[in-house]
Amino acid sequence: MSPARAALRPALLLLGVGLAAGCGGDDDDGSGDVADAAASIDAGIDAGVDAAVVTDVCDPAPGEGVAFDLDAPPCEHLSSYRFFVDGPAQVPNQEVVPYDLNTPLFSDYATKHRFFWLPTGQAMAYSETGVFDMPVGSVLIKTFSYLADLRDPASAERLVETRLLVHRADKWEGLVYLWNEDQTEAELRRAGAVVPVEWIHTDGEPRQLSYIVPNTNQCVNCHVVHIEGEDITTPIGIQARHLNRDTGVGELPVNQLELWSEMGVLTGAPADAADAPRAPVFDDPDTGTVDERARGWLDINCSHCHSQVGPARTSGLDLTVGQADPSQYGVCKPPIAAGPGSGGRLYDIVPGLPDESILMFRLESVEPEIRMPEVLRQTVHSESLELMREWITALPGDCGPPK
Amino acid sequence: MRSSLALSLSFALVLSPLVSACGGDDDDDDSTVDDTGDDPGDDVADDDGGSDACGDIEGRCIELSPADDGGAGGDQEALQTAFIDALPGDVILLHAGTYEFTLGLSLDVDQVTLRGEGEAETVLSFLGQIEGAQGILITADDFTAEDFAIEDTAGDGLKVEGGARIVFRGVRAEWTGEQAEDNGAYGIYPVQCTDILIEESIVRGASDAGIYVGQSERAVVRNSTVENNVAGIEIENTYDADVYGNTATANTGGILVFNLPDLQVESGGRTRVYDNDIFENNGENFAPAGNTVAQVPPGTGFVALSAHQVEVFGNTFTDNMSFQVGIISYYLTPFPLEDDTYDPYSDTLYFHDNVFVGGGDMPSGTLGAVVRGALDTNLGVDAPETIPDISFDHILNPEQVDEKTGELLPDFNICLQDNGDADFVSLDAGAEVPFAGINLDATPFDCAHDPLPAVELDGVPL
Repeated sequence: MSPARAALRPALLLLGVGLAAGCGGDDDDGSGDVADAAASIDAGIDAGVDAAVVTDVCDPAPGEGVAFDLDAPPCEHLSSYRFFVDGPAQVPNQEVVPYDLNTPLFSDYATKHRFFWLPTGQAMAYSETGVFDMPVGSVLIKTFSYLADLRDPASAERLVETRLLVHRADKWEGLVYLWNEDQTEAELRRAGAVVPVEWIHTDGEPRQLSYIVPNTNQCVNCHVVHIEGEDITTPIGIQARHLNRDTGVGELPVNQLELWSEMGVLTGAPADAADAPRAPVFDDPDTGTVDERARGWLDINCSHCHSQVGPARTSGLDLTVGQADPSQYGVCKPPIAAGPGSGGRLYDIVPGLPDESILMFRLESVEPEIRMPEVLRQTVHSESLELMREWITALPGDCGPPK
Repeated sequence: MRSSLALSLSFALVLSPLVSACGGDDDDDDSTVDDTGDDPGDDVADDDGGSDACGDIEGRCIELSPADDGGAGGDQEALQTAFIDALPGDVILLHAGTYEFTLGLSLDVDQVTLRGEGEAETVLSFLGQIEGAQGILITADDFTAEDFAIEDTAGDGLKVEGGARIVFRGVRAEWTGEQAEDNGAYGIYPVQCTDILIEESIVRGASDAGIYVGQSERAVVRNSTVENNVAGIEIENTYDADVYGNTATANTGGILVFNLPDLQVESGGRTRVYDNDIFENNGENFAPAGNTVAQVPPGTGFVALSAHQVEVFGNTFTDNMSFQVGIISYYLTPFPLEDDTYDPYSDTLYFHDNVFVGGGDMPSGTLGAVVRGALDTNLGVDAPETIPDISFDHILNPEQVDEKTGELLPDFNICLQDNGDADFVSLDAGAEVPFAGINLDATPFDCAHDPLPAVELDGVPL
């Protein structure tokens, strides 16, 4: 335990004082968390730590390997799992595999460090069109951080949160760890938080915003599909088309899928990644046409909800890349439950007229009742808006005159 | 309750919910609970099984009181944590007071009751909400909301998506400021749910529908009050709904039964609307353009849009200044139609034993002006002074038309009986020259359908 952590521990126990006279339940009922006494969301990150769920599992004996016990309740400290040999620097344990996506979900200009960990000796199974089949016990690890200067990848980095998506036997469970102000440790944080962040933007101008750390329920608001009456939790980005690209680490560029096959953590993938689908990079014209890049961007940013099985299935708008019917992906489609989100415009997409398209209105807004995605976007992603505008402008046809 | 208040005062910023003991074993993990402290509320929770307000429950009762922290996030933390930690059977009891939230809340645990101490006493305020398209999102079954208010959410009020056995009782959802198009769309908003009961609730200020039941099966909306919304109550793409005993006033439109295209649940039917008091729904339409309800003329009592199997009886329609009752097809809206599977026509409607008072005297909106003009142009001196009580666009499903009469076959007809001295107009809006055959003769519609059965909810007692 670092000196900082040692100093923190008694404070946590004091904060953990509570009045949970619990009943009728097993040890996992979270009654300790009910006693979570921390009140101030933004008064200080350290104050927001959930009551300690201390077990031996979370204080593992010295060693090198990942110490993740699927059957134990979540640990209070991210470091307990040893996913990183250097957490603050985001240097992963050698069992933990970094990955990148061709086009990521926009998250308020946060930098993301993504990793997966598979139970020792196990592999995930390739799928050409769906999410890879990851074994029970797998953990997806994603850290959100802010570079001091977006123009300089080597500038100082402020870690905000690390999210885990854990494959339990019956579901994927989201856990959120909030990095402390000293950047020495991340603590389990289930109720969400608001963290002020600032950075120098790509245009050299200072930016700031209230970064919103999701509560753990919100994880499944996106990571869920509804099939035959059942809600099934699922990863999103672990798909061939998103992952089929060169790895961002190491000296020589090497394709992620090919590398993982060689490492034995991925089975069933084509020997040559050129035979696997590949999503375009939204801002790289060499990787796809405007239509392909725009549809690809909508897919990764919107289709976790806007599909036939996602939470926004009720809207009738399907932004999955495979949807071939223009009216299903918004062309001349009247909104269903948009309310203020319509912006007074009549259709989701009006070919040729981005400024009459509800889709643009919602991407350009930061108001909570208007913006899309609904959550975890406090600012506008200008770079993708240019692409969307170009795409809609070039779409053929019209929606006809109002009757 | 007193203990709980004392607790939050004594801790100032620190808010600890009380968890009252109840049935079940006691082997919960005490390792993190310090019950040797000197806090005055510390040993209260487990002596008496919680407040009376918890009721006689099997699960736990989690009691919360407003945080005394000047809105610094204590309420947010406490209630969201209670939602995350909830176990099936829990009651989360919100003691009287105003709770402040800046982020949307969400609940994903089945069989939870969120209960206040009255819609006037327990207020969940979302004024200043910066995150979340609704105040509270429920993605769970067997959820009950009762006796609290939810105010000034950025978007929708309380949304339940994909839940079974959902109850709202004594809930108020309200936007307390001016009627404005940036008010949330829906106040009470179950969608793709089954077995819904909404009763004794109040919604004011929604920029779409106050109470909205969409793409659902089996719903009862009763004894509630909707006012100052664009639509008071809207039943959309839903099968088997009973809407009765409600008061709808000062909305743009009082009660709407709609079926819309391009939705997963493609249609709806078997809706009974009865014993409602629907008066002076003459409010300005403040819905943003693009939304279907933005087409509703101010002064509308009831509208059936592309509706099938609807029985409307025992209602009182008073002084709705444009259309006391409108029966229309989707073709009367300005929207294009691309959905081949969608039935855009209204059919098989039965209006009987309703009372009509006044109304139709100040037709408003595009449709109001068009219909007033059509009456005057085509009927001249015979045109009625007010828009007739029941206006039917007479755009008929060709597959349901009796070729001999040119009217709907008996099984599909619009039937009107025993509506006092209500007058009627068939607009012939679908004619080649629209309104050419407009007429006031209700004789072809003097018929009856079999009454629809009362809706029974599976697993929710009525």
